[in-house]
Amino acid sequence: MGIWQKSKLFANRHRTGLAVSVLAALLLVTPLVVSNPYNLGILNLIGLYVIVVLGLNLFIGYAGQISLGHAAFFGLGAYGSAVLTATYGFPAWPAMALTAAGLALVALALGVPTLRLSGHYLAMATLGFNYVVHSVFVQWDQVTGGPSGLSGIPPLSLFGLAFDTDTKFHYLVWTAALLALTLCLNLVRSGVGRGLAALAQDEVAAATMGVNVRRAKVQVFVLSAVCASVAGSLYAHYFGYVNPHAFSIFKSLDLVIMVVVGGMGSIWGTLFGVGLITILPHLLDFFETYMDIIHGVILVVILLFLPQGFITGLVDLVKTRLARRRLAAAAATGATSG
Amino acid sequence: MNDYLLEISGLDKHFGGLPALSQVSFRAARGQVTALIGPNGAGKTTLINCLSGVIRPDAGEILFDGVNLAGLATHRLARLGISRTFQNLRLFPRLSVLDNVLCGLTTQAGDSLVEALLRLPGLRHRERRLKLQALEALDTFGLADKADLPAGALPYGDKKRVEMARAFVSQPVLTLLDEPVAGLNPEETAQIAGLIRQMRLSGKTMVLVEHDMELVMGVSDRVVVLDGGCRIAAGSPEEVRVNPLVLEAYLGRMSLTA
Repeated sequence: MGIWQKSKLFANRHRTGLAVSVLAALLLVTPLVVSNPYNLGILNLIGLYVIVVLGLNLFIGYAGQISLGHAAFFGLGAYGSAVLTATYGFPAWPAMALTAAGLALVALALGVPTLRLSGHYLAMATLGFNYVVHSVFVQWDQVTGGPSGLSGIPPLSLFGLAFDTDTKFHYLVWTAALLALTLCLNLVRSGVGRGLAALAQDEVAAATMGVNVRRAKVQVFVLSAVCASVAGSLYAHYFGYVNPHAFSIFKSLDLVIMVVVGGMGSIWGTLFGVGLITILPHLLDFFETYMDIIHGVILVVILLFLPQGFITGLVDLVKTRLARRRLAAAAATGATSG
Repeated sequence: MNDYLLEISGLDKHFGGLPALSQVSFRAARGQVTALIGPNGAGKTTLINCLSGVIRPDAGEILFDGVNLAGLATHRLARLGISRTFQNLRLFPRLSVLDNVLCGLTTQAGDSLVEALLRLPGLRHRERRLKLQALEALDTFGLADKADLPAGALPYGDKKRVEMARAFVSQPVLTLLDEPVAGLNPEETAQIAGLIRQMRLSGKTMVLVEHDMELVMGVSDRVVVLDGGCRIAAGSPEEVRVNPLVLEAYLGRMSLTA
């Protein structure tokens, strides 16, 4: 076997690992190419949202559920780290872990009763949760600082190195994002991931295969809350301040739009969805006032024509076309030879 | 070991005020094909749904290897080794044919979220073994060349066979087949009949719901007849074929006296 064939075989077997490595290599050199701190800041924001949206996409695209409240988990992660470090002087990493563990419990308590609901009910329940959390951020002055928020949150540091510039934070946030990406890719290539994909398409059939539908939904909900919490903590330490505005129900809608643009259940599509929706307002400066309308139009158009989301919908379309063509060709040769 | 894998007694199920099953009892012997027949609305699919845990019976007992299944959660029945197909296909259309069949191996794939997230070595080996097992099943059911196609793109006859491959891939203890040849042409029907016989020869226990009498008579060891939610007859295919009660249920009283 030639070296070319060998490497081709290797590439096929390790396609996912290679793709992640290529992405990591690109991100390693990005700060050298993108020197403008403003652009680097946008890229950092994309990294943060990638972590949130990967978790949310597992919940929407794989578990087949809907959450209009993930900005609440993102916000609770941010406020958790902010209060623990800025107000009580906790060390940052344990504060992040403690916040994530606490939010896992909150998600569990919220998920067990609400995930019996489905469709509109679940959407309303998560929306209500976000509304309540947002109100607490605004009203509970003594702890959250009210509408003006909390400041003085120290940057994260590791072995004496503080992640206090856009470039340094770039490496931190994208390490976390690539880690989340890898974990998600692992999950969807496992039996658990297949079970989730199955229950998103047909709960009854999935249950008869042995998928514990309710447990699986709760697990993914908790996982997505932990993702959002960690991203929220990173957000708080990056900006050094938090305020309630960033965690309203409108942010939750943006997160859902990112999932829809990326495509239900598409892990790689998530990068595209988050990237596009985060960059769009910066590209179209004069449209910024109309951003909500533009987002709404994007959402409606995609869901009308590609209900599985933009990237997933296109991929499905192409796959089905190719499959039909192959089946037709096979039928034709079968007819002539038989 | 008891000769009967499945012993059902006094099964009742009402939908609203309508009785779908009343006091149904029957047994299915190990390694045999037990057919459930009856006119439309006789309660066959309701019975299959009770046996696979999709719906809960109101009363009665379903003993599977001595364990009472009535009231157990659906996924628990799969873990006990019960698999099924559906009258109206329930494939996962967006998954590939191979992944659909792999879903039939859920109970062997492990359900630890942490293990899946970290893709530990044990999981990798298991996945490789399950994939081989699934490919083997695809081969048996004549789908080897379609493994990577999305299941939703296949023609109807192929979809029916994907469901059967998915139901048999895990080497189940009991398989429930709900109208496996509904909507198929004679050629495809003969193919499915051959597959059922092949599974029977390899020692599988099956409960078959079917309208196609030729298939039922050709593959079943025993036939149980339901009408209006009640069991009206049971016996070998030959006995049932000439049973006046069965003829009456199918053809109506008029044709008997005429």
